[in-house]
Amino acid sequence: MTALPTRKLEAYRYADIDALASVWSELAAPETIEIAAQQRLQQIWLPSGDEIEVRRAELVLEPGAELALFALNTARHYGRIELDVTLREGARFTLNAANIGTGKANLEIVTTVRHDEPDAVSRQTVRSVLGGKAVGSYLGKVAVARGAQKTDGEQSVKAMLLDRGATANCKPELEIYADDVKCAHGATVGELDPSQMFYAMSRGLDPAGARALLLEGFVMGLWDDAENGDAICEAARATLRAVA
Amino acid sequence: MLEITNLHATVGGKPILNGLTLHVPAGELHAIMGPNGSGKSTLAYVLAGRPGYEVSEGGAGFDDRDLLAMEPHERAAAGLFLGFQYPVEIPGVSYLQFLRESLNSQRRARGEAELSGAEFIRLARAEAAELGMDAEMLKRPVNVGFSGGEKKRAEMVQMGIMRPRFAVLDETDSGLDIDALRTVGAGINRIMRGPDKGVLLITHYQRLLDYVRPDKVHVLSAGRIVRSGGPELAQELEREGYAEAAA
Repeated sequence: MTALPTRKLEAYRYADIDALASVWSELAAPETIEIAAQQRLQQIWLPSGDEIEVRRAELVLEPGAELALFALNTARHYGRIELDVTLREGARFTLNAANIGTGKANLEIVTTVRHDEPDAVSRQTVRSVLGGKAVGSYLGKVAVARGAQKTDGEQSVKAMLLDRGATANCKPELEIYADDVKCAHGATVGELDPSQMFYAMSRGLDPAGARALLLEGFVMGLWDDAENGDAICEAARATLRAVA
Repeated sequence: MLEITNLHATVGGKPILNGLTLHVPAGELHAIMGPNGSGKSTLAYVLAGRPGYEVSEGGAGFDDRDLLAMEPHERAAAGLFLGFQYPVEIPGVSYLQFLRESLNSQRRARGEAELSGAEFIRLARAEAAELGMDAEMLKRPVNVGFSGGEKKRAEMVQMGIMRPRFAVLDETDSGLDIDALRTVGAGINRIMRGPDKGVLLITHYQRLLDYVRPDKVHVLSAGRIVRSGGPELAQELEREGYAEAAA
Protein backbone atom coordinates (compact mmCIF):
# COMPACT_ATOMS: atom_id res chain seq x y z
CA MET A 1 0.00 0.00 0.00
CA THR A 2 1.41 3.33 -0.98
CA ALA A 3 1.44 6.27 1.35
CA LEU A 4 -1.58 8.54 1.54
CA PRO A 5 -1.04 11.41 -0.92
CA THR A 6 -0.88 15.01 0.22
CA ARG A 7 -2.20 18.15 -1.39
CA LYS A 8 1.31 19.01 -2.43
CA LEU A 9 0.86 16.52 -5.25
CA GLU A 10 -0.64 18.31 -8.22
CA ALA A 11 -3.22 15.57 -8.85
CA TYR A 12 -4.46 15.93 -5.24
CA ARG A 13 -4.34 19.69 -4.80
CA TYR A 14 -8.13 19.97 -4.34
CA ALA A 15 -8.67 16.51 -2.84
CA ASP A 16 -10.36 15.91 0.51
CA ILE A 17 -7.43 14.11 2.12
CA ASP A 18 -9.37 13.20 5.27
CA ALA A 19 -12.10 11.59 3.24
CA LEU A 20 -9.51 9.86 1.13
CA ALA A 21 -7.75 8.59 4.28
CA SER A 22 -10.98 6.96 5.44
CA VAL A 23 -11.08 4.75 2.36
CA TRP A 24 -7.36 4.60 1.56
CA SER A 25 -6.58 1.30 3.30
CA GLU A 26 -9.32 -0.57 1.46
CA LEU A 27 -8.79 1.24 -1.83
CA ALA A 28 -7.90 -1.29 -4.48
CA ALA A 29 -5.15 -0.65 -6.97
CA PRO A 30 -6.47 1.22 -10.00
CA GLU A 31 -8.67 -0.93 -12.15
CA THR A 32 -6.88 -1.75 -15.41
CA ILE A 33 -8.82 -1.82 -18.62
CA GLU A 34 -7.15 -2.73 -21.89
CA ILE A 35 -8.96 -2.38 -25.15
CA ALA A 36 -7.42 -4.58 -27.82
CA ALA A 37 -6.52 -3.21 -31.22
CA GLN A 38 -9.51 -2.16 -33.33
CA GLN A 39 -11.97 -3.03 -30.56
CA ARG A 40 -14.67 -0.67 -29.31
CA LEU A 41 -15.87 -0.39 -25.75
CA GLN A 42 -18.37 1.77 -23.93
CA GLN A 43 -18.50 2.08 -20.16
CA ILE A 44 -21.04 3.89 -18.03
CA TRP A 45 -20.00 4.69 -14.47
CA LEU A 46 -22.96 5.34 -12.23
CA PRO A 47 -22.50 6.55 -8.68
CA SER A 48 -22.82 3.83 -6.03
CA GLY A 49 -24.61 6.10 -3.57
CA ASP A 50 -21.74 5.92 -1.08
CA GLU A 51 -20.89 9.12 0.78
CA ILE A 52 -17.28 8.74 -0.25
CA GLU A 53 -16.54 7.18 -3.59
CA VAL A 54 -13.15 6.99 -5.27
CA ARG A 55 -12.78 5.32 -8.65
CA ARG A 56 -9.43 4.92 -10.30
CA ALA A 57 -8.63 3.33 -13.62
CA GLU A 58 -5.69 2.80 -15.90
CA LEU A 59 -6.87 2.53 -19.44
CA VAL A 60 -4.79 1.37 -22.36
CA LEU A 61 -6.15 1.71 -25.86
CA GLU A 62 -4.22 -0.39 -28.35
CA PRO A 63 -3.91 0.76 -31.99
CA GLY A 64 -7.25 1.69 -33.48
CA ALA A 65 -9.17 0.93 -30.28
CA GLU A 66 -12.05 3.12 -29.12
CA LEU A 67 -13.33 3.77 -25.63
CA ALA A 68 -16.32 5.92 -24.72
CA LEU A 69 -16.60 6.49 -20.99
CA PHE A 70 -19.65 8.17 -19.45
CA ALA A 71 -19.29 9.00 -15.77
CA LEU A 72 -21.45 10.64 -13.15
CA ASN A 73 -19.73 11.87 -10.01
CA THR A 74 -22.25 12.75 -7.30
CA ALA A 75 -21.01 11.40 -3.97
CA ARG A 76 -22.48 13.49 -1.17
CA HIS A 77 -19.21 13.91 0.70
CA TYR A 78 -16.26 13.19 -1.58
CA GLY A 79 -16.18 11.81 -5.08
CA ARG A 80 -13.07 11.31 -7.13
CA ILE A 81 -12.70 9.86 -10.60
CA GLU A 82 -9.09 9.36 -11.58
CA LEU A 83 -8.07 8.17 -15.02
CA ASP A 84 -4.72 7.44 -16.53
CA VAL A 85 -5.23 6.81 -20.22
CA THR A 86 -2.63 5.65 -22.72
CA LEU A 87 -3.43 5.94 -26.40
CA ARG A 88 -1.61 3.95 -29.07
CA GLU A 89 -1.66 4.75 -32.75
CA GLY A 90 -5.06 5.85 -34.07
CA ALA A 91 -6.89 5.13 -30.81
CA ARG A 92 -9.90 7.21 -29.82
CA PHE A 93 -10.87 8.07 -26.26
CA THR A 94 -14.02 9.95 -25.28
CA LEU A 95 -14.86 11.02 -21.74
CA ASN A 96 -18.21 12.61 -20.94
CA ALA A 97 -18.51 13.27 -17.25
CA ALA A 98 -20.40 15.40 -14.75
CA ASN A 99 -19.79 16.55 -11.19
CA ILE A 100 -23.12 17.37 -9.56
CA GLY A 101 -23.28 18.26 -5.90
CA THR A 102 -24.35 20.59 -3.17
CA GLY A 103 -23.81 20.99 0.58
CA LYS A 104 -20.16 20.39 1.33
CA ALA A 105 -19.54 17.86 -1.43
CA ASN A 106 -16.06 17.78 -2.95
CA LEU A 107 -16.16 16.24 -6.41
CA GLU A 108 -13.22 15.86 -8.73
CA ILE A 109 -12.29 14.38 -12.02
CA VAL A 110 -8.58 14.00 -12.56
CA THR A 111 -7.27 12.71 -15.86
CA THR A 112 -3.98 12.11 -17.56
CA VAL A 113 -4.30 11.26 -21.23
CA ARG A 114 -1.09 10.09 -22.84
CA HIS A 115 -0.93 10.33 -26.60
CA ASP A 116 2.02 7.99 -26.95
CA GLU A 117 1.73 7.33 -30.68
CA PRO A 118 0.50 9.20 -33.77
CA ASP A 119 -3.05 9.81 -34.94
CA ALA A 120 -4.87 9.25 -31.66
CA VAL A 121 -7.90 11.33 -30.71
CA SER A 122 -9.09 12.32 -27.24
CA ARG A 123 -12.28 14.19 -26.40
CA GLN A 124 -12.98 15.15 -22.80
CA THR A 125 -16.18 16.97 -21.90
CA VAL A 126 -16.84 17.73 -18.25
CA ARG A 127 -19.78 19.66 -16.80
CA SER A 128 -20.08 20.62 -13.15
CA VAL A 129 -23.19 21.85 -11.35
CA LEU A 130 -22.39 23.06 -7.86
CA GLY A 131 -24.62 24.43 -5.13
CA GLY A 132 -24.17 25.20 -1.44
CA LYS A 133 -20.49 25.09 -0.57
CA ALA A 134 -19.68 22.28 -2.98
CA VAL A 135 -16.35 22.17 -4.76
CA GLY A 136 -16.07 20.68 -8.23
CA SER A 137 -12.73 20.21 -9.94
CA TYR A 138 -11.37 19.03 -13.22
CA LEU A 139 -7.64 18.54 -13.52
CA GLY A 140 -6.85 17.25 -16.95
CA LYS A 141 -3.45 16.70 -18.42
CA VAL A 142 -2.91 15.82 -22.04
CA ALA A 143 0.64 14.60 -22.67
CA VAL A 144 1.75 14.24 -26.26
CA ALA A 145 4.88 12.15 -26.65
CA ARG A 146 7.69 12.84 -29.06
CA GLY A 147 6.65 11.42 -32.40
CA ALA A 148 2.93 11.34 -31.62
CA GLN A 149 2.20 13.42 -34.71
CA LYS A 150 -1.36 14.24 -35.79
CA THR A 151 -2.55 14.00 -32.23
CA ASP A 152 -6.01 15.53 -31.84
CA GLY A 153 -6.96 16.38 -28.26
CA GLU A 154 -9.85 18.42 -26.94
CA GLN A 155 -10.93 19.36 -23.45
CA SER A 156 -14.18 21.20 -22.84
CA VAL A 157 -14.85 22.10 -19.23
CA LYS A 158 -17.82 24.11 -18.02
CA ALA A 159 -19.07 24.72 -14.54
CA MET A 160 -22.30 26.25 -13.28
CA LEU A 161 -22.34 27.75 -9.79
CA LEU A 162 -25.74 27.94 -8.12
CA ASP A 163 -24.70 29.60 -4.86
CA ARG A 164 -22.09 32.11 -3.81
CA GLY A 165 -20.30 29.57 -1.64
CA ALA A 166 -19.75 27.03 -4.43
CA THR A 167 -16.35 26.68 -6.09
CA ALA A 168 -15.21 25.34 -9.44
CA ASN A 169 -11.61 24.53 -10.28
CA CYS A 170 -10.79 23.94 -13.93
CA LYS A 171 -7.27 23.13 -14.95
CA PRO A 172 -6.68 21.80 -18.42
CA GLU A 173 -2.98 21.21 -18.99
CA LEU A 174 -0.99 20.40 -22.13
CA GLU A 175 2.45 18.89 -22.35
CA ILE A 176 3.46 18.53 -25.97
CA TYR A 177 6.65 17.05 -27.39
CA ALA A 178 5.52 16.66 -30.99
CA ASP A 179 5.25 19.46 -33.55
CA ASP A 180 2.23 18.47 -35.66
CA VAL A 181 -0.62 18.25 -33.18
CA LYS A 182 -4.02 19.82 -32.60
CA CYS A 183 -4.88 20.35 -28.94
CA ALA A 184 -7.75 22.59 -27.87
CA HIS A 185 -9.16 23.38 -24.49
CA GLY A 186 -11.87 25.65 -23.19
CA ALA A 187 -13.04 26.31 -19.67
CA THR A 188 -15.89 28.47 -18.43
CA VAL A 189 -17.49 29.06 -15.06
CA GLY A 190 -20.88 30.71 -14.96
CA GLU A 191 -24.25 31.07 -13.34
CA LEU A 192 -27.78 30.47 -14.56
CA ASP A 193 -28.80 33.07 -17.11
CA PRO A 194 -31.40 35.43 -15.56
CA SER A 195 -33.16 35.97 -18.89
CA GLN A 196 -33.56 32.21 -19.38
CA MET A 197 -34.84 31.92 -15.81
CA PHE A 198 -37.42 34.65 -16.39
CA TYR A 199 -38.52 33.14 -19.70
CA ALA A 200 -39.07 29.75 -18.08
CA MET A 201 -40.90 31.25 -15.09
CA SER A 202 -43.10 33.37 -17.32
CA ARG A 203 -44.28 30.09 -18.84
CA GLY A 204 -45.30 28.77 -15.44
CA LEU A 205 -42.27 26.94 -14.04
CA ASP A 206 -41.59 27.67 -10.40
CA PRO A 207 -38.03 28.77 -9.56
CA ALA A 208 -36.82 25.26 -8.64
CA GLY A 209 -38.46 23.74 -11.71
CA ALA A 210 -36.97 26.42 -13.97
CA ARG A 211 -33.51 25.92 -12.49
CA ALA A 212 -33.74 22.15 -12.86
CA LEU A 213 -34.78 22.44 -16.49
CA LEU A 214 -31.98 24.86 -17.37
CA LEU A 215 -29.47 22.66 -15.59
CA GLU A 216 -30.68 19.66 -17.55
CA GLY A 217 -30.01 21.66 -20.68
CA PHE A 218 -26.51 22.34 -19.41
CA VAL A 219 -25.67 18.75 -18.48
CA MET A 220 -27.78 16.21 -20.31
CA GLY A 221 -26.17 16.60 -23.72
CA LEU A 222 -23.27 14.63 -22.22
CA TRP A 223 -25.25 11.42 -22.53
CA ASP A 224 -26.62 11.93 -26.05
CA ASP A 225 -24.29 9.33 -27.56
CA ALA A 226 -24.49 6.77 -24.76
CA GLU A 227 -25.97 3.43 -25.75
CA ASN A 228 -28.44 2.27 -23.12
CA GLY A 229 -27.94 5.60 -21.39
CA ASP A 230 -31.32 5.68 -19.64
CA ALA A 231 -29.93 4.91 -16.20
CA ILE A 232 -27.28 7.62 -16.28
CA CYS A 233 -29.84 10.11 -17.66
CA GLU A 234 -32.24 9.27 -14.86
CA ALA A 235 -29.55 9.42 -12.18
CA ALA A 236 -28.23 12.75 -13.45
CA ARG A 237 -31.75 14.18 -13.70
CA ALA A 238 -32.61 13.09 -10.16
CA THR A 239 -29.42 14.62 -8.77
CA LEU A 240 -30.01 17.87 -10.65
CA ARG A 241 -33.54 18.10 -9.24
CA ALA A 242 -32.08 17.65 -5.77
CA VAL A 243 -29.50 20.44 -6.13
CA ALA A 244 -31.67 22.91 -8.13
CA MET B 1 -60.00 42.19 -16.19
CA LEU B 2 -56.66 44.03 -16.23
CA GLU B 3 -56.68 47.20 -14.20
CA ILE B 4 -53.53 49.32 -14.20
CA THR B 5 -53.63 52.39 -12.01
CA ASN B 6 -51.11 55.22 -11.88
CA LEU B 7 -48.23 52.82 -12.51
CA HIS B 8 -44.73 54.14 -11.98
CA ALA B 9 -41.77 51.88 -12.69
CA THR B 10 -38.02 52.22 -12.86
CA VAL B 11 -35.33 50.15 -14.53
CA GLY B 12 -31.85 50.48 -13.10
CA GLY B 13 -33.07 53.47 -11.09
CA LYS B 14 -34.28 55.27 -14.21
CA PRO B 15 -38.00 56.12 -14.30
CA ILE B 16 -39.64 54.62 -17.40
CA LEU B 17 -43.33 54.43 -16.55
CA ASN B 18 -44.71 57.65 -15.10
CA GLY B 19 -48.31 57.23 -14.00
CA LEU B 20 -49.79 54.82 -16.51
CA THR B 21 -53.49 54.10 -16.12
CA LEU B 22 -55.23 51.55 -18.32
CA HIS B 23 -58.26 49.32 -18.02
CA VAL B 24 -58.82 46.34 -20.31
CA PRO B 25 -62.22 44.73 -19.63
CA ALA B 26 -62.85 41.05 -20.38
CA GLY B 27 -63.64 40.39 -24.01
CA GLU B 28 -61.55 43.28 -25.33
CA LEU B 29 -58.32 43.65 -27.21
CA HIS B 30 -56.41 46.86 -26.70
CA ALA B 31 -53.46 48.01 -28.76
CA ILE B 32 -50.67 50.11 -27.30
CA MET B 33 -48.63 52.04 -29.78
CA GLY B 34 -45.80 54.45 -29.21
CA PRO B 35 -42.34 55.45 -30.29
CA ASN B 36 -39.14 53.72 -29.23
CA GLY B 37 -38.32 54.38 -25.60
CA SER B 38 -41.86 55.29 -24.62
CA GLY B 39 -42.01 52.37 -22.14
CA LYS B 40 -43.95 49.73 -24.10
CA SER B 41 -41.64 46.80 -23.33
CA THR B 42 -41.17 47.98 -19.76
CA LEU B 43 -44.93 47.80 -19.31
CA ALA B 44 -44.93 44.23 -20.67
CA TYR B 45 -42.10 43.17 -18.37
CA VAL B 46 -43.61 44.82 -15.31
CA LEU B 47 -46.90 43.01 -15.94
CA ALA B 48 -45.08 39.66 -16.28
CA GLY B 49 -42.85 40.31 -13.25
CA ARG B 50 -39.36 40.49 -14.70
CA PRO B 51 -36.74 41.00 -11.97
CA GLY B 52 -35.11 44.41 -12.16
CA TYR B 53 -38.30 46.21 -13.21
CA GLU B 54 -39.22 48.01 -10.01
CA VAL B 55 -42.67 49.40 -9.38
CA SER B 56 -42.30 52.57 -7.32
CA GLU B 57 -45.94 53.69 -7.24
CA GLY B 58 -49.38 52.59 -8.36
CA GLY B 59 -50.58 49.08 -9.03
CA ALA B 60 -52.00 46.50 -11.35
CA GLY B 61 -54.88 44.13 -10.68
CA PHE B 62 -55.73 40.98 -12.61
CA ASP B 63 -59.36 40.09 -11.98
CA ASP B 64 -59.54 40.62 -8.23
CA ARG B 65 -55.93 39.78 -7.53
CA ASP B 66 -52.94 42.02 -6.97
CA LEU B 67 -50.86 41.13 -10.01
CA LEU B 68 -47.71 42.78 -8.74
CA ALA B 69 -47.69 40.72 -5.55
CA MET B 70 -47.37 37.49 -7.53
CA GLU B 71 -44.22 35.73 -8.77
CA PRO B 72 -43.87 35.35 -12.56
CA HIS B 73 -44.88 31.66 -12.48
CA GLU B 74 -47.92 32.47 -10.33
CA ARG B 75 -49.00 35.06 -12.89
CA ALA B 76 -48.70 32.41 -15.61
CA ALA B 77 -50.78 29.96 -13.59
CA ALA B 78 -53.37 32.71 -13.03
CA GLY B 79 -53.73 32.92 -16.80
CA LEU B 80 -51.35 35.70 -17.88
CA PHE B 81 -49.14 35.15 -20.92
CA LEU B 82 -46.32 37.36 -22.17
CA GLY B 83 -45.39 37.06 -25.83
CA PHE B 84 -41.75 38.12 -25.85
CA GLN B 85 -40.36 40.69 -28.23
CA TYR B 86 -37.08 38.76 -28.15
CA PRO B 87 -37.84 35.12 -27.29
CA VAL B 88 -35.01 33.56 -25.32
CA GLU B 89 -32.89 30.63 -26.51
CA ILE B 90 -32.39 27.68 -24.16
CA PRO B 91 -29.75 25.29 -25.52
CA GLY B 92 -30.06 21.66 -24.50
CA VAL B 93 -33.79 21.80 -23.65
CA SER B 94 -36.28 20.70 -26.31
CA TYR B 95 -39.36 22.82 -26.96
CA LEU B 96 -41.54 19.79 -26.20
CA GLN B 97 -40.01 19.24 -22.78
CA PHE B 98 -39.98 22.96 -21.99
CA LEU B 99 -43.65 23.44 -22.83
CA ARG B 100 -44.89 20.23 -21.31
CA GLU B 101 -43.19 20.95 -17.98
CA SER B 102 -44.38 24.56 -18.07
CA LEU B 103 -47.96 23.65 -18.85
CA ASN B 104 -48.06 20.88 -16.25
CA SER B 105 -46.55 23.20 -13.67
CA GLN B 106 -49.38 25.67 -14.35
CA ARG B 107 -51.97 22.91 -14.19
CA ARG B 108 -50.62 21.62 -10.87
CA ALA B 109 -50.77 25.15 -9.46
CA ARG B 110 -54.43 25.39 -10.53
CA GLY B 111 -55.25 21.95 -9.11
CA GLU B 112 -55.84 20.46 -12.57
CA ALA B 113 -54.67 17.06 -13.78
CA GLU B 114 -51.36 17.00 -15.65
CA LEU B 115 -51.27 16.04 -19.31
CA SER B 116 -49.57 12.78 -20.22
CA GLY B 117 -46.76 12.76 -22.78
CA ALA B 118 -49.09 11.51 -25.51
CA GLU B 119 -51.83 14.03 -24.71
CA PHE B 120 -49.32 16.84 -24.70
CA ILE B 121 -47.76 15.86 -28.02
CA ARG B 122 -51.20 15.74 -29.66
CA LEU B 123 -51.95 19.23 -28.36
CA ALA B 124 -48.56 20.61 -29.42
CA ARG B 125 -48.85 19.12 -32.91
CA ALA B 126 -52.32 20.54 -33.39
CA GLU B 127 -51.25 24.03 -32.31
CA ALA B 128 -48.12 23.95 -34.47
CA ALA B 129 -50.25 22.94 -37.46
CA GLU B 130 -52.74 25.78 -36.81
CA LEU B 131 -49.87 28.26 -36.84
CA GLY B 132 -48.11 26.81 -39.86
CA MET B 133 -45.09 25.62 -37.91
CA ASP B 134 -43.40 22.31 -38.70
CA ALA B 135 -44.00 20.16 -35.60
CA GLU B 136 -40.49 18.72 -36.02
CA MET B 137 -39.17 22.11 -34.86
CA LEU B 138 -40.63 21.40 -31.43
CA LYS B 139 -38.05 18.64 -30.99
CA ARG B 140 -35.27 21.20 -31.27
CA PRO B 141 -33.83 23.17 -28.37
CA VAL B 142 -35.96 26.15 -27.41
CA ASN B 143 -35.54 28.87 -30.06
CA VAL B 144 -31.97 27.77 -30.88
CA GLY B 145 -31.33 28.27 -34.58
CA PHE B 146 -34.83 29.69 -35.15
CA SER B 147 -35.13 32.73 -37.42
CA GLY B 148 -36.73 35.88 -36.00
CA GLY B 149 -40.04 35.01 -37.65
CA GLU B 150 -39.93 31.40 -36.45
CA LYS B 151 -39.38 32.54 -32.89
CA LYS B 152 -42.46 34.75 -33.05
CA ARG B 153 -44.54 31.98 -34.56
CA ALA B 154 -43.30 29.69 -31.79
CA GLU B 155 -44.47 32.23 -29.20
CA MET B 156 -47.96 31.95 -30.67
CA VAL B 157 -47.76 28.14 -30.61
CA GLN B 158 -46.90 28.45 -26.92
CA MET B 159 -49.88 30.72 -26.39
CA GLY B 160 -52.11 28.19 -28.15
CA ILE B 161 -50.85 25.42 -25.89
CA MET B 162 -51.10 27.46 -22.67
CA ARG B 163 -54.54 28.93 -23.49
CA PRO B 164 -54.08 31.95 -21.22
CA ARG B 165 -56.94 34.20 -20.22
CA PHE B 166 -54.97 37.35 -20.84
CA ALA B 167 -52.09 37.90 -23.24
CA VAL B 168 -49.61 40.74 -23.34
CA LEU B 169 -48.03 40.56 -26.79
CA ASP B 170 -44.86 42.62 -27.07
CA GLU B 171 -44.18 43.45 -30.71
CA THR B 172 -45.19 40.02 -31.84
CA ASP B 173 -45.45 41.46 -35.35
CA SER B 174 -41.83 42.53 -35.66
CA GLY B 175 -39.74 40.17 -37.79
CA LEU B 176 -42.78 38.66 -39.53
CA ASP B 177 -43.28 38.61 -43.27
CA ILE B 178 -46.72 39.27 -44.76
CA ASP B 179 -47.85 35.62 -44.74
CA ALA B 180 -46.65 35.05 -41.19
CA LEU B 181 -48.37 38.25 -40.11
CA ARG B 182 -51.69 36.94 -41.42
CA THR B 183 -51.18 33.55 -39.73
CA VAL B 184 -50.22 35.14 -36.42
CA GLY B 185 -53.16 37.53 -36.63
CA ALA B 186 -55.52 34.62 -37.22
CA GLY B 187 -53.90 32.81 -34.30
CA ILE B 188 -54.49 35.72 -31.94
CA ASN B 189 -58.14 35.91 -33.01
CA ARG B 190 -58.64 32.16 -32.61
CA ILE B 191 -56.86 31.74 -29.29
CA MET B 192 -57.54 35.00 -27.50
CA ARG B 193 -60.88 36.42 -28.64
CA GLY B 194 -63.70 35.47 -26.31
CA PRO B 195 -65.97 37.01 -23.70
CA ASP B 196 -63.69 35.95 -20.83
CA LYS B 197 -60.37 36.80 -22.47
CA GLY B 198 -58.32 39.91 -22.96
CA VAL B 199 -55.31 41.07 -24.95
CA LEU B 200 -52.85 43.93 -24.69
CA LEU B 201 -51.14 44.17 -28.03
CA ILE B 202 -47.97 46.24 -28.08
CA THR B 203 -46.91 47.31 -31.53
CA HIS B 204 -45.08 49.95 -33.52
CA TYR B 205 -47.11 49.61 -36.65
CA GLN B 206 -50.67 49.49 -37.78
CA ARG B 207 -50.19 46.48 -40.05
CA LEU B 208 -51.00 43.69 -37.53
CA LEU B 209 -54.18 45.61 -36.74
CA ASP B 210 -55.35 44.86 -40.30
CA TYR B 211 -55.80 41.28 -39.10
CA VAL B 212 -56.54 41.79 -35.42
CA ARG B 213 -59.13 44.46 -34.87
CA PRO B 214 -58.57 46.32 -31.59
CA ASP B 215 -61.42 47.56 -29.46
CA LYS B 216 -59.27 50.44 -28.28
CA VAL B 217 -55.97 51.98 -29.28
CA HIS B 218 -53.75 53.84 -26.81
CA VAL B 219 -50.72 55.99 -27.45
CA LEU B 220 -47.89 55.66 -24.97
CA SER B 221 -45.42 58.49 -24.66
CA ALA B 222 -42.83 59.10 -21.94
CA GLY B 223 -44.34 56.37 -19.78
CA ARG B 224 -47.96 57.51 -19.84
CA ILE B 225 -51.03 57.01 -21.99
CA VAL B 226 -51.42 60.31 -23.80
CA ARG B 227 -54.29 59.47 -26.13
CA SER B 228 -56.91 56.76 -26.43
CA GLY B 229 -59.37 56.05 -29.18
CA GLY B 230 -60.93 53.46 -31.44
CA PRO B 231 -59.29 51.54 -34.28
CA GLU B 232 -59.22 54.69 -36.39
CA LEU B 233 -56.55 56.12 -34.08
CA ALA B 234 -54.08 53.52 -35.34
CA GLN B 235 -54.66 54.68 -38.90
CA GLU B 236 -54.20 58.27 -37.90
CA LEU B 237 -50.89 57.38 -36.22
CA GLU B 238 -49.75 55.52 -39.30
CA ARG B 239 -50.56 58.58 -41.45
CA GLU B 240 -49.27 61.32 -39.25
CA GLY B 241 -46.64 59.78 -36.98
CA TYR B 242 -46.41 59.72 -33.21
CA ALA B 243 -45.06 63.23 -32.81
CA GLU B 244 -48.16 64.73 -34.34
CA ALA B 245 -50.69 62.37 -32.77
CA ALA B 246 -49.23 62.54 -29.29
CA ALA B 247 -48.93 66.32 -29.29
